[in-house]
Amino acid sequence: MEQKKLAIIATKGSLDWAYPPFILASTAAALGYEVQIFFTFYGLQLLKKDLSLEVTPLGNPGMPMPMGMDKWFPVLGLALPGMQAMMTSMMKAKMKKKGVASIEELRELCQEAEVKLIACQMTVDLFDLDTADFIDGVEYAGAAAFFEFAGESDICLYI
Amino acid sequence: MAAFDQELDASGLNCPLPILRAKKTLNSMASGQVLHIIATDPGSVKDFDAFAKQTGNELMESKEEGGKFHFLIKKA
Repeated sequence: MEQKKLAIIATKGSLDWAYPPFILASTAAALGYEVQIFFTFYGLQLLKKDLSLEVTPLGNPGMPMPMGMDKWFPVLGLALPGMQAMMTSMMKAKMKKKGVASIEELRELCQEAEVKLIACQMTVDLFDLDTADFIDGVEYAGAAAFFEFAGESDICLYI
Repeated sequence: MAAFDQELDASGLNCPLPILRAKKTLNSMASGQVLHIIATDPGSVKDFDAFAKQTGNELMESKEEGGKFHFLIKKA
């Protein structure tokens, strides 16, 4: 049986949206898939050695708020300084309590399973990102390189 | 429960960690050996079934006992 392929484009750089690409990639690799993730725009944050990912309730009415906070703090309250840091630490604490892996752990598992992590060279240049800040093992390429793999993939996801 | 060669306690771990840990442990085992996995994630019941189907490793047993889920997987 030929090895199945999963191609993912990761475009988001918040703590919550960091999960889908790494969960799906690591699981697919465990199921025997060959996997590549193409990180572009804000998704490049997920490749940094020191992750400082945050989660924001702003503009996200679907986010469950602890202790009915959404009733005490209508939209403007959520924009208060410190609110994002507080929501982030609450989210991280909740994840730890529920046995959800950290992004660092999932990313490491992906690398162990030989998931190929590709950074979009154009966005790296656009945002003047320093590749020294990225983890080892990242490759740099463009859209054409992504299609070479994605065109042969069985599953292709834009996240 | 049938005999097994190795045991993996994935209690308290959530998706996809039980599957990833199981895969890692299976990698270090020989073909024909049996891995006993203990998990508390209710999603793991369907996940280990799907894992076995897709990887060719045989899911010999899947049951709930004392609030925990037990799986026996024979390495292909």
